[in-house]
Amino acid sequence: MDILITGILLGGTYALIAIGLNLQYGVARIMNLANGEILVAGGYLAFIAYVSLQLSPLLTIFLVAPLAFALNWLIYRVMLQPLVNRAKTRGQLETDSILATFGMSFIGVGLMLGFFGGDYFSYSFMAVPLQLLGSTYGANRVIAFCMAVLICGALYLWLNRSRAGLSIRAIATAPASARLVGIDVKRLSALAFALGGAVTAVGGALISTYLTLDASTGVVFTLKALIIVIMGGVGDVRGTIVAALLLGIVETAVASLLDPGLTLAAAYILFLGILLFRPQGLFGKTTT
Amino acid sequence: MSLTGSDLRNLVLAALALGICALLPLSGSGYWLGLGVTIAMFTALATSWALFSGPTHYISLATAAFFGVGTYVTGLGIDSLPYWGLIGIAGAIGAVLAALVGLATLRLSGVYFVIFTLGLAELVRQVITWVQNNSGQKGLYVLTDLDEAGIYWWLLGLVTAVFVTGWLIGRSRLGFALRIIGDDETVAAHSGINTARAKVLLFMVPGAVAAMTGAILAPRYVYIEPSLAFAPILSFQVVIMALLGGASRLWGPLVGVIPFTFLLEAVSANFPNQSTLVIGVAFLIIVYFLPNGFVGLLDRALTRTGHRREA
Repeated sequence: MDILITGILLGGTYALIAIGLNLQYGVARIMNLANGEILVAGGYLAFIAYVSLQLSPLLTIFLVAPLAFALNWLIYRVMLQPLVNRAKTRGQLETDSILATFGMSFIGVGLMLGFFGGDYFSYSFMAVPLQLLGSTYGANRVIAFCMAVLICGALYLWLNRSRAGLSIRAIATAPASARLVGIDVKRLSALAFALGGAVTAVGGALISTYLTLDASTGVVFTLKALIIVIMGGVGDVRGTIVAALLLGIVETAVASLLDPGLTLAAAYILFLGILLFRPQGLFGKTTT
Repeated sequence: MSLTGSDLRNLVLAALALGICALLPLSGSGYWLGLGVTIAMFTALATSWALFSGPTHYISLATAAFFGVGTYVTGLGIDSLPYWGLIGIAGAIGAVLAALVGLATLRLSGVYFVIFTLGLAELVRQVITWVQNNSGQKGLYVLTDLDEAGIYWWLLGLVTAVFVTGWLIGRSRLGFALRIIGDDETVAAHSGINTARAKVLLFMVPGAVAAMTGAILAPRYVYIEPSLAFAPILSFQVVIMALLGGASRLWGPLVGVIPFTFLLEAVSANFPNQSTLVIGVAFLIIVYFLPNGFVGLLDRALTRTGHRREA
């Protein structure tokens, strides 16, 4: 029971990060491998704001989100749009964007190492015990989870109820046809990419309240987010959330029953299972 | 399988170049020999990487995983088995591992493959660390009487083997099939090529070579521990070097390995904290300015002069 709840709490934040990546990959068609660095940057900002200004991370996210949105929008417009224009096939865009975002990821790590050094950073925010169903959990985890649920819910409603959300889902399904019905694919792709980055950075700020980060941990989160996106299905918000919770639970189970050092191995076993048995994702339909 | 005149000429030239490289340890300079070992190591890794990724356009980041497995083979077996035997065993294990990874991922789209290989080194590292913690053992000592020159000659032998393999694959049915897959996978599948099988078979080459490179280099480290043997940065360095040179030719990666080794050497000597930044910038330069590497530049220059001659 303990494992289940801790896992779900962890999975909630994972869901947020993975939805960010899913927006970038599913809509903008950019396999963004610098996603984890955006997350760590969000965490850094929350850390700095808390340590030097005593600003609560729950307020910092309102600063983190627009900043990350602007940065990702710029990255897409300046760096990635040329690749989209140049690519003749989907495969070529994938290779190009993977290499380009790898470059950005390394530059991000290099810059953060330069500015903040290689130390781990963590701060104590709301580290008070909270009674829940007879067991105790850190209040920071519970709050981070609630925030993640709120943001995921808002995104879900926005994607499924609003006009812009409808257009974005259209692009995710069929980018070529979306253009034919008068959707501005370029503008909305940039918007989805920027929004994905903002969601990821907020996820980073939330996760920094209870996990210790350092400049080079980004890639671990990128990998986990990628695995969740593939498990849940590209462009599928519901699948992403289920996959994220699943990963959170499996990771917590492995960490507490076997060894905390084996969390990635746990994620890999899930990933392998999906690749072998359901490569179209948990809820995906087989394409013909 | 008959050799033309230009094939023979290239063969003689390559053998001559190899002979000159083999003389390097006689120069007596430890610094140059050290650089030579690094260059030979990256040449073996990058050339075998390009054998797979050149035609298929799949970016493999598994090099560090295979390399680490290779160093562990030597580390575990050096007391009971001869060195050359261990290199062979490492190669076999690397090939089998690559086949397993390939079977799980290469039947699907390229993205799955990239993601899977991205974390592979970390995965193997976690598992080995876990096993070591449970058996109460920390690291491994590799003590041999092999000196730097010996390692260099072994690596040079491996590089030769990689080039010969690449040349033979290029002339074989498999190589022909792979070129078609690289141009258009749908066409390849329709003309009766088992694309997944061809890709898995080819992926076994860099797997085996990286594991053998690790096995050869293990004595150089003396003390092996997981974080050293499975350093993920190695995979990225190999990708950059191969793409910088150009993965479309057998000798392309070599053209990238030599300058990038010197660059990294200079950077790590003068600005030790900036090497991640340099790697990041190198990736961007490749994508935006050198999509076909130095080889692509050369090809373009050649066609331009060729056109002029025709006109």
